[in-house]
Amino acid sequence: MSGMVEKRGLGTWLTHIGLILGIAIICFPIYMAFVASTVTQSEIAQPPMPLLPGPHFIDNYTAALTQGINAPVMTMLVNSMVMALGITIGKISISLISAYAIVYFKFPFRMAFFWMIFLTLMLPVEVRIVPTYEVVAGFGMLNSYSGLILPLIASATATFLFRQFFLTVPDELVEAARVDGAGPVRFFIDILLPMSRTNIAALFVILFIYGWNQYLWPLLITTEPEMNTIVMGIKQMFPSGDDIANWPVIMATTLMAMLPPVAVVVLMQRLFVKGLVESEK
Amino acid sequence: MQKRVVFNNRLLPYLLLAPQILVTLVFFFWPAGQAIYQSAFIPDPFGLKTQFVGLDNFRFLFSDPYYLASFKTTVIFSSLVTLVSMGAALWLAVMADRVIKGSSAYKSLLVWPYAVAPAVAGVLWLFMFNPNVGLVAWYLGVLGYDWNHVLNDNEAMGLVVAASAWRQISYNFLFFLAGLQAIPKSVIEAAAIDGATFARRFWTIVFPLLSPTTFFLLVVNIVYAFFETFGVIHTITLGGPQQATTILVYKVFSDGFVGQDLGSSAAQSVVLLFVVGVLTVVQFRYVERKVHY
Repeated sequence: MSGMVEKRGLGTWLTHIGLILGIAIICFPIYMAFVASTVTQSEIAQPPMPLLPGPHFIDNYTAALTQGINAPVMTMLVNSMVMALGITIGKISISLISAYAIVYFKFPFRMAFFWMIFLTLMLPVEVRIVPTYEVVAGFGMLNSYSGLILPLIASATATFLFRQFFLTVPDELVEAARVDGAGPVRFFIDILLPMSRTNIAALFVILFIYGWNQYLWPLLITTEPEMNTIVMGIKQMFPSGDDIANWPVIMATTLMAMLPPVAVVVLMQRLFVKGLVESEK
Repeated sequence: MQKRVVFNNRLLPYLLLAPQILVTLVFFFWPAGQAIYQSAFIPDPFGLKTQFVGLDNFRFLFSDPYYLASFKTTVIFSSLVTLVSMGAALWLAVMADRVIKGSSAYKSLLVWPYAVAPAVAGVLWLFMFNPNVGLVAWYLGVLGYDWNHVLNDNEAMGLVVAASAWRQISYNFLFFLAGLQAIPKSVIEAAAIDGATFARRFWTIVFPLLSPTTFFLLVVNIVYAFFETFGVIHTITLGGPQQATTILVYKVFSDGFVGQDLGSSAAQSVVLLFVVGVLTVVQFRYVERKVHY
């Protein structure tokens, strides 16, 4: 509502102040976590904790990365990265080829497969916790990367997105490819894939965040600390009894757990917004 | 639905679909089928064999005061999360839409919480409100308010709502801002010339024109609060105190894994399947249709 409406100075200032206040409130939890990750345990144990960062940044982050509490945070970071990339690449690959099959081929049960994929939208892991766990345990995939990744790589959303995009690709391209003697595999690799670049990139951003932020699934299937992912590993760092938690190390871990997905959103904001809007269509 | 020109190949399409269909069958349909099957049985105390009980698990579930309480908790929790995060996001979006300079800078500063995992959001808020060391809890104490979400039901609910809503504000903000920017400026300017105040313009023109966005976000936020906030509950309250924050998804987990009550957990899964089904149908049938224009 800019333009000619409401251009008086005071109103504009109040708006800016309101926005800055809102942003300050939203950023406050992160700031406090950062402060906590730069002070000592005893400074936090005697409230109130300091409001300004202390000098122990390197100590706390080194302690977290190399020792952690149950497992070094470095190990958990690697696990998270493998899981997030595995889920992202897996979802994109299998969705690309399924969408290709559904749009560019005619075969019996085509629509039945399409609806099968659609129905997975109605089956989030949260509602089939115990039986899915049993299946994965039955395959001996507990505490393994394949157990972390495979059950999550079906994607109705990604399949729909690629299907939608393929439908907008002009038919003349297929005809031209056929005249040139290119088969379906050539056409897919040489023409369709390069054309899908932006869609793949946008989806990559969204799915990476989704994969990195998984909580319930790793919580169920990784019982060994060495297989924990960082997002689910934070909770395991709290002592079970009355001991005071090692807040500086826990907060350092918390910040490292949010850094990769936040960096992806900030650095690829335009792709992120595109991915968000497209995947909700 | 399909191309006019298609490839003729008998085997290839099935090969292309195979990975997705395989994953879908093994990890989605088979477990969902198992949940439905198991919901009709109860295991004996030694776990050696199961007994068919028909719909008894469901009958038991809906006469269980804890389960009904969990339903009520979920409704309260979801309503609060939706209200708080959409309200705050709309307020910020209206302001960001008003400023001419710096709008994109504000946007950048507001989008990132979306990338923070619910479980991480939970830990951040837990730290600020920890009754022993939390900064906010301490200052509340100075002001004479004794904060302890470990013992107090309402404070526990308030905290999980705050952490869940905090993370969702950025998502709602992005969609509200896009919705606001799509409203033709001429309509608002015309009303301004007629002497309508900002508040009046907002409630009589802007808000009704935003209704498609609002309705879409309403569904998305309810789905989020129902199914994606497990991490918040698990990190902050573990469903407590005395089940005060045990939402349905948390209850499936705690009954199935912690309590090992498989029949009941399976029946709860089936109830949730039904809930997701209804929400998905609402999303696909009604959200695309514009509510207003």
